[in-house]
Amino acid sequence: MNVVVCVKQIPDPADPGALDPNTKTLKRDVKLILDESDSYGVEMALQLVDTAGGGEVTLVSMAPNSEVGGLRTALAMGAAKAVLVSDEALAGSDALGTSKVLAKAIERAGEADLIITATESSDGYTGTVPEQIAELMGLPSITFAKSIAVEGGTVKVQRQTEAGYDDVEAPTPAVVSVTAGVVEPRYPSFKGIMAAKSKPVDEVTVADLGIDASQVGWAGAGQEILEIAAAEEREAGTIVEDDGEGFQKIVDYLAELKVI
Amino acid sequence: MSAKRIPGEVDPLDVLAIDSLLSDEELLGRDTVRRFVADKVLPEVGVWFDEGRFPAEMAKEFGALGLLGMHLEGYGCAGVSATQYGLACLELEAGDSGVRSFVSVQGSLAMFPIWAFGSEEQKTTWLPGMAAGELIGCFGLTEPDSGSDPGSMRTTARQDPSGDWILDGTKMWITNGSVADVAVVWARTDPDGPDAGKVRGFVVPTDTAGFSAPEIHRKVSLRASVTSELVLDSVRLPASAVLPEVSGMRGPLSCLNEARFGISFGACGAARACYEAALEYAGQRVQFDRPIASFQLTQRKLVEMMVAVQRGTLVALHVGRMKDLGTLASPQISFAKMDNVRMALEVAREARSVLGANGITTEYPVIRHMNNLESVYTYEGTNEVHTLILGNAITGIPAFG
Ligand SMILES: Cc1cc2nc3c(=O)[nH]c(=O)nc-3n(C[C@H](O)[C@H](O)[C@H](O)COP(=O)(O)OP(=O)(O)OC[C@H]3O[C@@H](n4cnc5c(N)ncnc54)[C@H](O)[C@@H]3O)c2cc1C
Repeated sequence: MNVVVCVKQIPDPADPGALDPNTKTLKRDVKLILDESDSYGVEMALQLVDTAGGGEVTLVSMAPNSEVGGLRTALAMGAAKAVLVSDEALAGSDALGTSKVLAKAIERAGEADLIITATESSDGYTGTVPEQIAELMGLPSITFAKSIAVEGGTVKVQRQTEAGYDDVEAPTPAVVSVTAGVVEPRYPSFKGIMAAKSKPVDEVTVADLGIDASQVGWAGAGQEILEIAAAEEREAGTIVEDDGEGFQKIVDYLAELKVI
Repeated sequence: MSAKRIPGEVDPLDVLAIDSLLSDEELLGRDTVRRFVADKVLPEVGVWFDEGRFPAEMAKEFGALGLLGMHLEGYGCAGVSATQYGLACLELEAGDSGVRSFVSVQGSLAMFPIWAFGSEEQKTTWLPGMAAGELIGCFGLTEPDSGSDPGSMRTTARQDPSGDWILDGTKMWITNGSVADVAVVWARTDPDGPDAGKVRGFVVPTDTAGFSAPEIHRKVSLRASVTSELVLDSVRLPASAVLPEVSGMRGPLSCLNEARFGISFGACGAARACYEAALEYAGQRVQFDRPIASFQLTQRKLVEMMVAVQRGTLVALHVGRMKDLGTLASPQISFAKMDNVRMALEVAREARSVLGANGITTEYPVIRHMNNLESVYTYEGTNEVHTLILGNAITGIPAFG
């Protein structure tokens, strides 16, 4: 079974990020790492291929400056190869522009039984790319997967809900977005790190994918960020002195919040 | 971790930006071990230390990550660079010296001699399982009456007319002895035999009759590591058990060089952990209405620790690069082992004082590191022995005996 996983390479969330005041977007000219949200999808894909007893995992990523840092991590985890789209024309792409590029890159990655994505990226949080890719490719879309199994030509997903989960099925190929934290991503092993050095990364431009540059980047963006502002400071909490009745005050407070 | 910083600012945990000297691949390996240690070692190691045990299950986790024999090629080993191996030791020892000891002994002392001096059969029998952490190895050189002068060993290997070897003697302070599946044991051959009394290495399955490995208790250092005695009571081994490709003290000493190299990085990890603990504590602990980090005396301690850790790490990295180039000489390994372990011990003691009374409990990592480093100071060539090796190297006069 062949699985394509869309992975985003993002600035390390542990570092102080900076916004570009002109474009009002996150500065991404720093070293990028694998978005942790995507490590769950990579793990699920590797497990699915293991279970199927054959096939491979291919990564698809769109990133500036030919960045491969995050791809190498996922290749070291066990993915076989990657398609990287890197092109100056892509700067400023909105979610739809990104989806158009990823959809074409997925086609380039070869026959896939399944396309896995995260639910949302940790630096952009639009949470719309998976469904847009599915629509553009004319494939079924299943979101919020907590487990995935493929049997015959059917993908069976436990779809996370507030109350528990729904069992959902779709014919393959399908686009499935995975909830963060549902599997424990493996560590990239040292053998994996050594092997990753020689795994192929197919770097392509927008033109290679047959996309008109006016459809993507600032040129093609259907949305514009008008203003950015710092988040409001969190209000100071309330301090409850324990006069022997402290527990009651906590219970009352939780009741007020309708938590209990 | 390798952040692009605002110009003019420094990372308090890497003031000289030593990370910028590492390749992306080295950073990926380093960060992976750091994450592994944070996930699997740090939450538990205080308890292992208190209880005086090392959970054998960890071996398979090390194996899955590719840490065991990672710098060797083939036979299931990852074949990474010496520098990458050193960086892994550094991160492991930032967790605990006992944890790093397990990996050093397995890779550099037990797997390395089989890999470097073993027969093809010995390699295929043992190395893949050892790389996976399914088989545990130990290294028996030190004896009750033979420590810094291992050439004085009394353990003997006699070859009988059938060709079988018979080993007799006692080894002492052997890391992983009681949990090992295989022991690489060094023994002196018969002075009148074909090996003319030279020291040879033997691959001894620990279930061989006459072999036993009682654990040494009552340690207050390296408690999250198993240390044992090896008793060899007429242990009969086939002729094929000897390591064919080496004889004389060069055999064990070349293994020690591998392990000492890793320790020179590892010590920086233990020291870094102590510095980080002290830095964090000093920022939070308030006395005289101010964080203790605001006192000049405390700042001086923190700065001295930071400088020592950074300097030691540069030394380790330098010997790592030389090892990868194939130019590293053994006195240079002595330099790094001697100076970095001494440095780490001093940093640990200084950090301990910053933590005040909290510094004496295993709730915090500092005194655990401090106690562990006493073992690291002694094993793999004591501080004095490395001083004498360097003394010999610069004066040309051996002063050992
Ligand atoms: C926790 C732990 C784990 C160990 N694991 C292993 C293992 O897996 N395998 C193994 O083979 N060994 C192992 N060892 C043994 C270790 O290598 C020895 O302890 C070490 O070589 C020192 O030997 P010794 O303890 O007999 O001390 P000694 O050699 O008796 O030394 C005592 C003191 O005298 C000093 N001294 C000795 N000779 C001289 C000299 N010529 N000039 C100046 N000073 C001198 C030493 O530096 C030291 O300060 C381990 C030790 C410990 C503590």
